[in-house]
Amino acid sequence: MSLPMRRTAEHREPASRPVRQAIGFEQVTCTFAGKTAGKKGGGQTYTAIRDVTLAINEGEFVSIIGPTGCGKSTLLNVTAGLMRPSSGRVTIFGQELPQGALNRDASYLFQVDALMPWKNAEDNVAAGLIFNGTPKAEALEVARDWLVRVGLHGHGHKYPHQMSGGMRKRAGLAQALALDPRILLMDEPFSALDIQTRQLMENELLQIWATDRKSVMFVTHDLEEAIALSDRVVVLSAGPATHPIAEFEIDLERPREVAEIRMTQRFLQLHAAIWDVLRGEVLKSYARTRS
Amino acid sequence: MHALALDPRNRGLVLASRLGLLGGGIFLWWLCTTLEWLPPFFFGNPVEVAGRIVGWFASGEIFIHLYTTLLETIIAFLIGTALGLGIGLWLALSPFLAEVVDPFLKAFNSMPRLIFAPIFAMWFGLGIWSKVALGVTLVFFVVFFNVFQGVREVSPVVLANTRMLGANARQLMRHVYLPSAMSWVFSSLHNAVGIAFVGSVVGEYLGSEKGMGYMILLAEGVFDIDSVIAGILLLTVFALLLDTAVSVIEERLMRWQPDGNQTVESAA
Repeated sequence: MSLPMRRTAEHREPASRPVRQAIGFEQVTCTFAGKTAGKKGGGQTYTAIRDVTLAINEGEFVSIIGPTGCGKSTLLNVTAGLMRPSSGRVTIFGQELPQGALNRDASYLFQVDALMPWKNAEDNVAAGLIFNGTPKAEALEVARDWLVRVGLHGHGHKYPHQMSGGMRKRAGLAQALALDPRILLMDEPFSALDIQTRQLMENELLQIWATDRKSVMFVTHDLEEAIALSDRVVVLSAGPATHPIAEFEIDLERPREVAEIRMTQRFLQLHAAIWDVLRGEVLKSYARTRS
Repeated sequence: MHALALDPRNRGLVLASRLGLLGGGIFLWWLCTTLEWLPPFFFGNPVEVAGRIVGWFASGEIFIHLYTTLLETIIAFLIGTALGLGIGLWLALSPFLAEVVDPFLKAFNSMPRLIFAPIFAMWFGLGIWSKVALGVTLVFFVVFFNVFQGVREVSPVVLANTRMLGANARQLMRHVYLPSAMSWVFSSLHNAVGIAFVGSVVGEYLGSEKGMGYMILLAEGVFDIDSVIAGILLLTVFALLLDTAVSVIEERLMRWQPDGNQTVESAA
């Protein structure tokens, strides 16, 4: 939290400081047993991701984009330690996750609401700290701070069902960030929000991120969102057996204003270039779901 | 105008209609038995029934019976609920064990367990404990199956999120499984109250020396239909009171739930 504000305008790390890798995928494959598996060995299996090699550096905001149902969430689940790769290695700051252990360096913001419905906003945000041994009063203090930072001042005593979709997302963001993780995993976190709320949330996310530059793995199917937020966009192929097919450096200046940056020339160039690659995959995915 | 007049949200009107229905029913009963359209010997008479209840309370003879039945019911309810909750959580979290005991549970659940009453009377005597045992076997399954289901229905996303936040097995139990199962438990407790009464009264009916079931049995022995009906009415009132108590506790513990007992998992 007390990290000094590092560069805002220039994009690349200074050459003097070695770039540390936060998340590393080496030839990672995830195969799931199909429903008919186990019968006479002739069961169908489904390969969600195949031979994925990918790196996200410390302090880097990387968006992963691909057609729907292409195994984007699998990448996050593997990084979080919720899922084991069938083969290949996943390293977190150079260390492989121990068998059966969750990634303690990461917080995960899920696509759907994941707040505990029986706890109010404050208790939800404080829960992670309490689980990790922080005294309750102190944890609540931190939780209130975070609720203010995500714009939920005065809503701490509301239960999730009393909040709007946008408020629940803010509370979820506060819950994830309160643990001060080194890595933030986000699974289409804003996809359920209306467009205005969404842009507000995107801006707020960028502001919060700019204060201490966590490593972010942001999964989305929205190309504009991916470009507006990220340092780098990774395009995935259509599923099954998804793998990265292209990477684009996003050299737009920071700080950014997501609604305005969409109008700039450079944004449109990048959009056209990425869409050129993505379109083919979207069409493939579309054809597959139709047949 | 009709819509306004018969609005179900009009509490006063609803209450008045309910009282009217109750009074009308009693009046019809009184009319039929007084004019002897129905033989009072078999159907009793509301005035006589009311007289019995007043008499019981005036003489105080009812208190020991009522106390016994309520004590049995409440003990059976508490033990049955605790066992159902504990074993339900345990089995739901140990899939292997659950798979192993599944047929036995189904067998116990589908067997007519009231038939245990004589066995319990032999094991635990004619005092309150044989009735408590019967009540526990009835209450246990209602609560158990609900808890079991409740734990199975825990949202996988909430579970994954809480694990990512760093919860260990004990914290998951306390912060996720238990609260999630509680909403199911409470919906089963309303059933369990009634069923605990069944256990006590049937147990008393089959062999005891005090309790409401025993009183009703005595009255039936001398064809005193008014006392039988009075006893049944008293039991109903107390079952409703216990049910209300459950509702009050539910209200306090389940404040996080939206109205209408809906699940809270809806997306934005």
